[in-house]
Amino acid sequence: MKFGVIVFPGSNCDHDMIYSLGEILRQEVVPLWHKEVDLKSCDIIALPGGFSYGDYLRSGSIARFSPIMDEVINFANKGGFVFGVCNGFQILCEAGLLPGALLHNVNQKFICKNQYIKPEHTDTAMSLLAKSDEPLKIPIAHGEGRYFATKEVLSEMITNGQIVWRYCDADGSLTEASNPNGSIMNIAGVCNKNKNVFGMMPHPERATDPELGNTDGKVILESIIKSFN
Amino acid sequence: MKFIAEIDVMPLKALLDPQGKAVNRSMNNIGFDTVENVRIGKHISFTIEAENKEKAEKLVDKACSKILSNPIMEGYSFTIKKID
Repeated sequence: MKFGVIVFPGSNCDHDMIYSLGEILRQEVVPLWHKEVDLKSCDIIALPGGFSYGDYLRSGSIARFSPIMDEVINFANKGGFVFGVCNGFQILCEAGLLPGALLHNVNQKFICKNQYIKPEHTDTAMSLLAKSDEPLKIPIAHGEGRYFATKEVLSEMITNGQIVWRYCDADGSLTEASNPNGSIMNIAGVCNKNKNVFGMMPHPERATDPELGNTDGKVILESIIKSFN
Repeated sequence: MKFIAEIDVMPLKALLDPQGKAVNRSMNNIGFDTVENVRIGKHISFTIEAENKEKAEKLVDKACSKILSNPIMEGYSFTIKKID
């Protein structure tokens, strides 16, 4: 299986993603510069975190029109597997590949900390190995992560099982206090209706190396690999 | 003909605008105690070449809906003036 990690100007988690997939999970992985128009026969496309185009206008709004994005959209529309983390999630929402939008955190602060999340469903490609009664501790680092979708869109997402990750406390309780950014329904990650495009604000790639003391993120990235095997 | 477009992009009324809320509170605290409903958005201006005003308006409207605003979270309004 071959992963492609898209590098936009201002991406800063691209190397973490490449390291995590390549060195820790032992997968083939190549960087894809945003000006390229070829996905180099990758099986899975990852949009990493960062501040593409300095978050100008709105997070992800300019990167969404990078030359490579036409290919990513075609790939996704044909059923190709695409996932975005943090800024990658914002870009996928701006591109219309995922429902909803990410607004400024409710406390107007950039939040950088470890955060518990748990799967809403364990039958998706990104949550296959997760357990609903075992929250994962995953780092978050964002200023614009307050997930929002209209009531109509949310109810459709619930019906289709598109809510994948929710912020919770260490015991798995979905409380207001465990919602770091004011996201609607504590939503931390979602997928599209066809379940081949995923986005999440927490950074699983930052929690895979045992040297860093937390490998909870492996559960998420290994789920993708397992879903392909 | 050349036109200047002045665009306002504002957060939708139904959404919480934490920036507006914080500024509102601060204004009330320093004596502007009758101020309410502060909302903060963006102002964008640019010049544009078009055959006539109607075509300029269409272009600006397209730009607003395609890139300058996100309808899930924002609304926009604009004015267009011919410049010499």
